Amino acid sequence: MEPSTIDCRLSTLGPLGFPGIDLIPGVVAMIELKNLWRTYQVGDSEVHALHGVDLDIARGDYLAVIGPSGSGKSTLLNILGCLDRPTAGSYAFDGRDVGQLSDLERTQLRQNQIGFVFQFFHLLARLTAQGNVELPMLFAGVSRAERRTRAAEALASVGLSDRAHHRPDQLSGGQRQRVAIARAVVMGPGLVLADEPTGNLDRASAFEVMDLLDAMNRRGQTVVLVTHDPEVAGRARNTVRMDDGEIVERS
Amino acid sequence: MPLTELVAFAIGALRGHRLRTFLSVAGVAVGIAAVVALTALGEGARQYVVQEFSSLGTNLLIVIPGKVETTGMMPFGGTTNDLTLDDYRAVATRIPLVVEAAPLATGTEVIRAEGRSRSVAVFGTTAELARVRRLVVGSGRFLPSGDSDRGGSEVVLGLKVAQELFGAVSPLGKVVRIGEWRFRVVGVLAPRGRSLGFDFDDIVFIPVRTSMRMFNRSSLFRILVEVGSEGNLTPAKKAVIELLAERHRTEDVTVITQDAVVSTFNSVFNVLTLALVAIASVSLTVAGVGIMNVMLVAVAERRREIGLLKALGATTRQVLAVFIAEASVLSSLGGALGLAVGWLSIRAFVQVYPTFPAAPPTWAVVASLVVSLGVGVVFGAVPARRAAKLDPVQALVGR
Ligand SMILES: Nc1ncnc2c1ncn2[C@@H]1O[C@H](COP(=O)(O)OP(=O)(O)OP(=O)(O)O)[C@@H](O)[C@H]1O
Ligand SMILES: [Mg+2]
Repeated sequence: MEPSTIDCRLSTLGPLGFPGIDLIPGVVAMIELKNLWRTYQVGDSEVHALHGVDLDIARGDYLAVIGPSGSGKSTLLNILGCLDRPTAGSYAFDGRDVGQLSDLERTQLRQNQIGFVFQFFHLLARLTAQGNVELPMLFAGVSRAERRTRAAEALASVGLSDRAHHRPDQLSGGQRQRVAIARAVVMGPGLVLADEPTGNLDRASAFEVMDLLDAMNRRGQTVVLVTHDPEVAGRARNTVRMDDGEIVERS
Repeated sequence: MPLTELVAFAIGALRGHRLRTFLSVAGVAVGIAAVVALTALGEGARQYVVQEFSSLGTNLLIVIPGKVETTGMMPFGGTTNDLTLDDYRAVATRIPLVVEAAPLATGTEVIRAEGRSRSVAVFGTTAELARVRRLVVGSGRFLPSGDSDRGGSEVVLGLKVAQELFGAVSPLGKVVRIGEWRFRVVGVLAPRGRSLGFDFDDIVFIPVRTSMRMFNRSSLFRILVEVGSEGNLTPAKKAVIELLAERHRTEDVTVITQDAVVSTFNSVFNVLTLALVAIASVSLTVAGVGIMNVMLVAVAERRREIGLLKALGATTRQVLAVFIAEASVLSSLGGALGLAVGWLSIRAFVQVYPTFPAAPPTWAVVASLVVSLGVGVVFGAVPARRAAKLDPVQALVGR
């Protein structure tokens, strides 16, 4: 097991209610992307969703990815989250070349190191909020009793203790996204990725979600989020702007 | 991920999709119920035929007065000697190969008792018939053994005759009139039902001598001869023909053996067995295709879920295990339900036709369960495996 995984298990629980992580922000480059390409074959033509992206993300960074629709933001985030693989180029996570990892090793990376928050929540409709938050722990082999307490803590940290036994269709959009955030962080990942987490939410819910992401970053988790909303992007420490599969501006 | 957690998760998923679960279980159940019920009927038909022929007595010679031409047709007219009770006694006592023999004389008469009357087939015979034709007496006893020439006024009633004349009252010891003759009831046969187009419940047996007088016959209708084993049939037949030819001074009887009949019906059994196998494989195939479709649809609908589980850190094997667990639970539920439904429909059928021995052959039950479980798991697991091997994003967007 990698050291950072052990860290998650051994660390005490922070005020957010989930295990804290490596608390040395901004020192090591957690993610290094070099000349990353993602090409889709559409009929006879090729679509370059990413062409030649170079990007370093420091541990503990809070990065917003902005850009017009179709510029490749989701594609980039999916590759960062090991949900997709680049066509060419290299991706190093904590110094390990992700391209060289086996399917099982990439699964373990997703399981222990990465939390993903989707624009459309992607909660399982048949499970309660509690059940959804327990899912990553179920596959990680966490015992039932521990799953219970950790899920309850994660739900408390997003302010949904009283909704633990509600199913997604009994929750508002903002509440669903908060459940999804609790699920993303319950394994104590070092990296939290959020693809337009506020895209389907009203202003007030969006702020609640952003407050949670801010707090996670303050606890030391690296946060990368994709957004169209300048105000949301303004919360992040750094911003990259994409256009047509390339990074055109960094700030 | 421990097995209990896996099964709990699978059951959660099945409960979460009640309609789909119901349809899948119903699909499996209908398939299995069809296999069970159809093979039960097929096997029942086969058993029925087998039973009918073995109830004839297997190592049986039937002696018929008159010479049957080689064409197999009975001659019209022509004088033949009677087949007498003396002939019967000679056959029964003088041929060592004969284990048991019984005479038969028949006619139809009106039977009366308790103010009721009906027409009935009357068989004159001796005590030996019960063993030769494997008759089972329900109450009382069969005709008394002893001298076949004795006459006597005992009667044994078929069950239906007894019920129609006496209702619920026991007819034992009661007096009935057959034509102008008085008889005392000594026994009632156990239910036997129709056998080869002949209703054994709807006849009466009286001593053979009495019946020959009653119907004014000089000749027996048949002599039934049981020989010890199949190998004795041919020599016994020869001995019977020789004995009677000697007594009649001409060969004027026909002896038929069951083996001619049995060999014909052996091929009938084979066809029936083949038909049964065909029925079972067709219904198994139908069941298998049904289960396959249900599982394929279930997995296709859930690509997104598979993508999500992978994104949350489930390994390919775990996803596969989840789907195999679900498919197994579905198939087992469907299998149990199918067996229950199949069994109930057989019971209902037997309720209506009690003499029909409908029961599914074990191999059909086992095969149907194996096929449904196998097909369910394979067609649940294969597409799930394909989806689980994709990068999560591809399964998540679902294409
Ligand atoms: N599976 C696919 N097959 C073919 N082309 C694709 C596929 N997925 C994405 N693309 C293309 O890749 C490009 C980048 O898509 P991507 O989803 O990353 O954009 P985005 O920046 O997230 O846009 P939005 O802001 O609308 O979400 C687009 O041109 C899109 O059409
Ligand atoms: Mg997008």
